[in-house]
Amino acid sequence: MSTFLGMPQGRVPGPAADTAVGQLTGDRPFPAAARDALGNTQLRRNLAHATSTIRAKRAAVVGEVPDWEALREAGSAIKADTMARLPELLEQLEANVTARGGTVHWARDAAEANRIVLDLVRATGENEVVKVKSMATQEIGLNEALEGAGITAHETDLAELIVQLGHDKPSHILVPAIHRGRSEIREIFAREMPGVDPGLTDEPAVLAAAARTHLREVFLRAKVAVSGANFGVAETGTLTVVESEGNGRMCLTLPETLITVMGIEKVVPTWRDLEVFLQLLPRSSTGERMNPYTSSWAGVTPGDGPQEFHLVLLDNGRTRALADDLGRTALHCIRCSACLNVCPVYERTGGHAYGSVYPGPIGAVLTPFLTGITGGSDPNDSLPYASSLCGACYDVCPVKINIPDLLVELRAEHTEAHAARHRLPTSEAAAMKAAAWVMADPKRFARVGRAATRGRHGIRQGKPVLPLPPPLSGWTASRDVPSPPAETFRDWWARTRGDRP
Amino acid sequence: MRIALFVTCLGDVLFPDVARATVAVLERLGHDVVFPEAQTCCGQMHTNTGYQHDAVGLVRHHVDVFEQAMARGCEAVVAPSGSCVGSVRHQHAAVARRSGDEALAVRAEAVAARTFELSELLVDVLGVTDVGAAYPHRVTYHPTCHSLRLLGVGDRPLQLLRAVRGIDLVELPAADSCCGFGGTFSVKNADTSTAMLADKMSAVLATDAEVVTAGDASCLMHIGGGLSRLRTGVRPVHLAEILASTA
Amino acid sequence: MSARDEMLARIRRARGDASEGPPVPGSYRVAGEHAPGSDAVVAQLVDRLEDYRATVVRAGGDDVAIGAAVAAALAGRGIHEVVHAPGVPDAWVRGVHVARSDDGTASARDLDAVPAVVTGSVAAVSETGTIALDGGPLCGRRALSLVPDTHVCVVRVQDVVQTVPEGLGRLDPTRPTTLISGPSATSDIELSRVEGVHGPRTLVVVLAG
Ligand code: SF4
Repeated sequence: MSTFLGMPQGRVPGPAADTAVGQLTGDRPFPAAARDALGNTQLRRNLAHATSTIRAKRAAVVGEVPDWEALREAGSAIKADTMARLPELLEQLEANVTARGGTVHWARDAAEANRIVLDLVRATGENEVVKVKSMATQEIGLNEALEGAGITAHETDLAELIVQLGHDKPSHILVPAIHRGRSEIREIFAREMPGVDPGLTDEPAVLAAAARTHLREVFLRAKVAVSGANFGVAETGTLTVVESEGNGRMCLTLPETLITVMGIEKVVPTWRDLEVFLQLLPRSSTGERMNPYTSSWAGVTPGDGPQEFHLVLLDNGRTRALADDLGRTALHCIRCSACLNVCPVYERTGGHAYGSVYPGPIGAVLTPFLTGITGGSDPNDSLPYASSLCGACYDVCPVKINIPDLLVELRAEHTEAHAARHRLPTSEAAAMKAAAWVMADPKRFARVGRAATRGRHGIRQGKPVLPLPPPLSGWTASRDVPSPPAETFRDWWARTRGDRP
Repeated sequence: MRIALFVTCLGDVLFPDVARATVAVLERLGHDVVFPEAQTCCGQMHTNTGYQHDAVGLVRHHVDVFEQAMARGCEAVVAPSGSCVGSVRHQHAAVARRSGDEALAVRAEAVAARTFELSELLVDVLGVTDVGAAYPHRVTYHPTCHSLRLLGVGDRPLQLLRAVRGIDLVELPAADSCCGFGGTFSVKNADTSTAMLADKMSAVLATDAEVVTAGDASCLMHIGGGLSRLRTGVRPVHLAEILASTA
Repeated sequence: MSARDEMLARIRRARGDASEGPPVPGSYRVAGEHAPGSDAVVAQLVDRLEDYRATVVRAGGDDVAIGAAVAAALAGRGIHEVVHAPGVPDAWVRGVHVARSDDGTASARDLDAVPAVVTGSVAAVSETGTIALDGGPLCGRRALSLVPDTHVCVVRVQDVVQTVPEGLGRLDPTRPTTLISGPSATSDIELSRVEGVHGPRTLVVVLAG
């Protein structure tokens, strides 16, 4: 199998994202990373508390929208339409941003995007930038690239600040410090924030006020800002950032130069399309009717805001996903994080276990679509299996991404890539083939079923008499196995109703 | 009505009581149950674990068997498993299409359109909620993920349970969260699966129920396996078995 | 090949021949059941804004009545000095001891030293409690409504619509626009909403008309 089967004829995937640059992969497979997270009881408590809070809030505000399903349908269709017209829309966006005084740059991968931003910052002569939380810049590892060149990047979102001060990694796409409870946050601030009031309490309002004081001076002096974008409107060249704290407004408004890094999939055709997304996004993400602030701008406005504006359009594996019918739908994601908040796996393991900046259900599909499935032991190959396929993510996704179907497809791509690259099948593949062979024939299947009933003497008090090898031992570590019955159903049927023994 | 029983591989080999109970309920209601003996497995485990190539043959076999049953006058196919019906309804055609077999996909869609999970068949197709059962026990119901989300069975199982005489039905806290089974997920990500199971078991124990029930033998095997390991004394009993019970 | 040309070529190859997306169903609500400026939408806007912990003050529709409400709201907070958007009528700020019209020269640091700002607005959405500022003379440049810690925003009743589509339909996407739904807030600590971070910590809405 040289190519993946989901790909219609004549479509060529772009290159995979380079996992050596940025943060799209961890250093271990998911099960190993998850084991550590599961052992951290404080983390489990924090996550359970935060995700149950946000789930209830989301359910309440979604419940009051009478046309929620129609909005989801529209959101999904707008995204599908966007992907189908992507080259034309990006050219249109570029033309409109340029016409309004902005400059558009194209970045094939993370390294190129970092280089572009670095050159732009250097050209200003500044040695610090303020940043609005942006998944795209985390994905490409921009902060590290800037720091390597002696430029300080100040994260200004409260949760990002908590992560940065705590020398930690983000674990959620919306609330990167979701794994921290208030008392831990108080400790981090007390320890790391210069000049903080030593009497700081763990009241969220007090902690937020401390962040305000800490960053005020930085905002007032900053000359360069870096942001992401939630939407880029092709028709008008309008960029939009959705936020809560006002740190976004500070970055988008006060500096002289603004550099926005945006994945190519964030373009939307028209301004009117935002009437759909600005209803779907806040209710799905923070569980609010509307987020406190949404900023939009088109190019440069004389006398208002940065007088120099650069838009960097990023590929970094997106054209790889685009070539696949299912992978393309992963690009519909508007990064609301609702799927993370309802995911029973994410709720227990947290975001770090996924290795990538995109954790949770969407991360388990988006990351491997961007970086490629190797068929080997790459940590991202384990991500599609990090789900019980319970489907809660699909139910809440505001743009109706069928994440369970994507997971199943990626699992197939993984086993097929493995088979293509290795002469010997895995023991699992061999077992699956054997099972399929048995089940293809009712006589064989009946014989094996009958053998299983005889095997029931091998199970005592829910445990096999002989220990099972991995991975089956993973079952018996925490659960008893049922004793097979004395007779299979088909034998019972044949004996009591059928005409055959 | 003549109804073909899709017993499921797990039901056949490990949980024949569930399948027998399904037959008993339908026969008590006056229906004619047929067991197409050539059936084997729907291929869900293969599909969900990444072996769609291996699943294609199983899909074809399943379609052959139940197409024939329908040709012989069966108007519906029933399985006491939301998960296996979910596989038939949501995966079979897709697996066939992915392998390039459009004709099989179309046939699979026709079989899927006549295939029902037990509570769907009883409530929607046969129009009954009171099946004449009696079950004097304290019971809590876990709505398995595939019944709940893939099939959208809603409160049909609860409608059936509420009509059972003598039952003391107690609501399960956080009922809609996954028990952590997920097929091979339970062994590939055993630690995470166990953490999910632990929370599900706490919820079950909080109800003080004697019996936990569900429409899927696989999830019940998982929850029951955990409850048994902890010697809790709470029994897993399939929905079909409760509905078949008369005393 | 330039990065631009190569990326566009990649996208075209990945997209394939199809260049038409599916039709977008327009079955969601565009207009609400209540008319713009009706009592129902105004009541809903008040409810939503108060839910966000904004302060809402009702005033008559004439400039003098608005001015009285603005002055009272500021005085009640011990604020006697404001900066205001250049298009704000004099009458709106006549009752404030020191009121400076923004001429665009004040730096962010200058604005930081002013306790409050008075602006108008161009539209409001009742279902979401959202007020739109478009950077025009009545709303001022964006920094103005951002840096001072108290923002007094005048919303005219006739500008209040029910739905998000109605609201966005009234805006010009080429202008620098800010949609404001309550004072600045964060949900970053245990996902509980706390009002008051970097943007104005106090939002006073004067609903006029
Ligand atoms: S996949 Fe859907 S639910 Fe998950 S973050 Fe993206 S848009 Fe939100």
